[in-house]
Amino acid sequence: MIEAHGTIGSSVPRVDGRDKVTGRAKYAAEFAPEGLAYAALIESTIAAGAIRRIETASAKRAPGVLLVLTHENAPKLPYLPAKERPAVEPVAGEALRVLQDARILFNGQPIGVVVARTQSQAEYAASLVRVEYDVDTNPLTRFDPANAKPASAAAEKKGRGPESRQGDADGAFAAAAHRVDQTYVQPREHHSAMEPHATVAQWQGDKLTLWDKTQWVYNDADEIARVFGIPSESVHVINPYIGGAFGSALRTWPHVTLAALAARQSGRAVRLELSRRQLFYSIGFRPRAEQRVQLGADADGHLQALIQEAVAQTSTYEEFADATLDVPASTYASANRRTKYSLLPMNTNTPTPMRGPGHATGLIAQEIAMDELAVELGLDPIELRLRNFAERNPRKDLPWSSNGLRACYRAGAERFGWDKRSPQPRSMRSGRHLVGMGMATAMNPAPRYPSSASATLFADGTAVVRSATSDMGPGTYTAMTQIAADALGMPLAKVRFELGDSRMPIAKEHGGSTTTASIGPAVRAACAALLEKLHTVRTQFQLPQAETNDVVLRHAGLEILEAQGKAESAEEQKQYSTYSFGAVFAEVHVDPDFGTVRVARIVGAYDAGRIINPRLAHSQCIGGMVQGIGMALLEETAWDERFGRVVNANIAEYLIPVSADVIDLDAVFVPGEDTVLSSLGSKGLAELGLCGVAPALVNAVWHATKVRVRHLPVTPDKLLLAT
Amino acid sequence: MNRRNFLATALAAGSAMLTPESSAGEMSHFEPPTAAREADAVQTMTFALTINGAEHQLPETPVNTTLLDCLRDSLHLTGTKKGCGLGQCGACTVLVDGRRVKSCLCLAVMQQGKQITTIEGLGRPEGLGTPEELHPLQAAFIEHDAFQCGYCTSGQIMSGVACIHEGHAGSDDEVREWMSGNLCRCGAYTNIVAAVREVARRSASA
Repeated sequence: MIEAHGTIGSSVPRVDGRDKVTGRAKYAAEFAPEGLAYAALIESTIAAGAIRRIETASAKRAPGVLLVLTHENAPKLPYLPAKERPAVEPVAGEALRVLQDARILFNGQPIGVVVARTQSQAEYAASLVRVEYDVDTNPLTRFDPANAKPASAAAEKKGRGPESRQGDADGAFAAAAHRVDQTYVQPREHHSAMEPHATVAQWQGDKLTLWDKTQWVYNDADEIARVFGIPSESVHVINPYIGGAFGSALRTWPHVTLAALAARQSGRAVRLELSRRQLFYSIGFRPRAEQRVQLGADADGHLQALIQEAVAQTSTYEEFADATLDVPASTYASANRRTKYSLLPMNTNTPTPMRGPGHATGLIAQEIAMDELAVELGLDPIELRLRNFAERNPRKDLPWSSNGLRACYRAGAERFGWDKRSPQPRSMRSGRHLVGMGMATAMNPAPRYPSSASATLFADGTAVVRSATSDMGPGTYTAMTQIAADALGMPLAKVRFELGDSRMPIAKEHGGSTTTASIGPAVRAACAALLEKLHTVRTQFQLPQAETNDVVLRHAGLEILEAQGKAESAEEQKQYSTYSFGAVFAEVHVDPDFGTVRVARIVGAYDAGRIINPRLAHSQCIGGMVQGIGMALLEETAWDERFGRVVNANIAEYLIPVSADVIDLDAVFVPGEDTVLSSLGSKGLAELGLCGVAPALVNAVWHATKVRVRHLPVTPDKLLLAT
Repeated sequence: MNRRNFLATALAAGSAMLTPESSAGEMSHFEPPTAAREADAVQTMTFALTINGAEHQLPETPVNTTLLDCLRDSLHLTGTKKGCGLGQCGACTVLVDGRRVKSCLCLAVMQQGKQITTIEGLGRPEGLGTPEELHPLQAAFIEHDAFQCGYCTSGQIMSGVACIHEGHAGSDDEVREWMSGNLCRCGAYTNIVAAVREVARRSASA
């Protein structure tokens, strides 16, 4: 079923590498249709209330200004109801309708847009707009778990319900010989991709072209069509390159509507590029979550009770429910388990999936708690996890489609040198620095979606394969080119893969670690269909098998030969539970006087099924480690709870890792393939790479210092105050 | 509405959300006077820039236009990226007279008479090569998989070229330190360091 030769499994360099290192790869903001004008947002400066008066006369008089749009002069937009709520939308509520009324739901809300001849003119004019508000004096801007409400029935339908129970978790916890009962806090975090979200919108009659930063071109077209009340086919979305997104470009955010509206009202093509500060308000974020974990174990370390309760923030206008408790409820065997999930509506923009959405969050709490339990039991952290290995998914009571977790513990521990770790905390040193080693389990769902692709053979002997998926960095272009080249039996250089266009064969979102496993089988199907057509042509013209493809086409007088391919969801998937697994090991060096933490190295061992391109997979995993370093040690939104405003809304003060924070990272892949999920054998990898990194680091910090930090990030003050 | 009236209403509106400790004086900081800002409206002028060895004549351009916006929006040299516009991320790094600068923090009008090199011109040695010819660091970035999404890549490469020329690429630690002004959210740092080090070693032995 899987080729023994070919390019799958080999580390070919990125096929889009040359375009990226020469600056030729074009991102959304870089498309410049004729007569392009530039837009700048006007945003609210209060968290809740209404606009009483908005003064735009000065802005309209400013040089170069073509249009100032506010709720006072914007047309009413249809905002037709969606036939079906797209998977990337929050479970309930209604997306922000821009410039449709005077209501203010959060600080930083877009309340107007200026279009001018240049970007600086637009920004300057936007700064001249003055707003008076009727201020709601009791905005919901404080994170107070007491005000949280149980997740709704809509969340329940997505498996993110308010409560799940198996056995008598509370009774078993009370009776357990060994117990951990702690609360863990993960702050609000921002995707902070390097490319700002941007939309270039151009109307030609009633047809709209959008060059837009999106992880889902089809949905982008559908959403904007719905807002403007036009057919989806009238909206053409183009986005060949994404400068990172990590979930932030899954939804079609309000600024995309604003760009299209500004273009329609100004009669010009318009570019709306969000400023770095606006990215903290105009797209989503990883919501703050506070989690209480109660673990009860017998004297041998077998879990008797596993309880995890999470409170996370959402907005007042939408219910964003993360899958926070899915993974923690599925990781370990325990007869008794209970989860509780509550949401706290606040005057903020709505959160959205951010790499490892919910899963990474849930694992932080569970995997730190497991480390605490190992200490309580005097057990090696790996041994504790092995003793509680789940032979089936305990939450769903289904067999795993494949599970290499034990192999990950083994391979990771060996590569890392876990045997050199002395069990006692604060017992290892390097010079004057305290050395700590910690580990954690990683786990992330690995679903597959129905997809489609086309394969076209040209008379010059080259082929183009297309699917309307995306590549925000993991290497979709490269992996799909490899899969297609192997399926067609052609050299890599003769095959090109194209994506990011809503006129290509339909694909679902480039997110949720689904792309390779979903698009790959569709690409194979399209290539197989193409070979079949080619065979028919050979037979028809009685051409020998040895004749090359270009010769066949020429003989048949064909310019091109094209075929379509589809991959449906596998029915057997429903009888299995499909996850990717990993084990993450970290070594930190802590300065005992300053409390500064250096990450000396991280090793991850992963089971993601068949790896299409080890070099790119390695890059993806070490990239996840870098983001995990951010999560563990640096990232935290400073939130002004008086005004509901982000104080550090820039990437110098919202700290993300820099080169100096990263020393030695390594990822290994345990052999295996998941043939239940697809014939390709691959499982999702992207989000897995973030999971487990932060708790492994926190556990390593404990081992170095004997200080248990339960409120991320681990900053020097927390370490110094504790000693 | 005149400025005095406006401020009064803004303050009245704003004061409702102030905590008791806050003073009205602090609030005025949130609302700079409109009339004064309006008077600041910028001048425009025409000028020429030398980019990658070629002279580019610019049309009437507001003098507060950054070199970055000028490259991207006026000249469509979009290889130079805008990541933050605040000098924080390094995506917009270009060389001006051989030194690395963040083009979002430079005014275009102040770069007249200087040699500006962008990613588009890097592969052409002394302007004699072709755009198809990769600079050794561009090739090393591909070889070491020193990027994922590619958005920080132009800035990383321009910064890396300068880092090597400055003599700041003698060790991995040194490269990490001197390349820390260029953020990469995909987290390709270890591969970037490897690429810069390899080219530094080769150019040292050449």
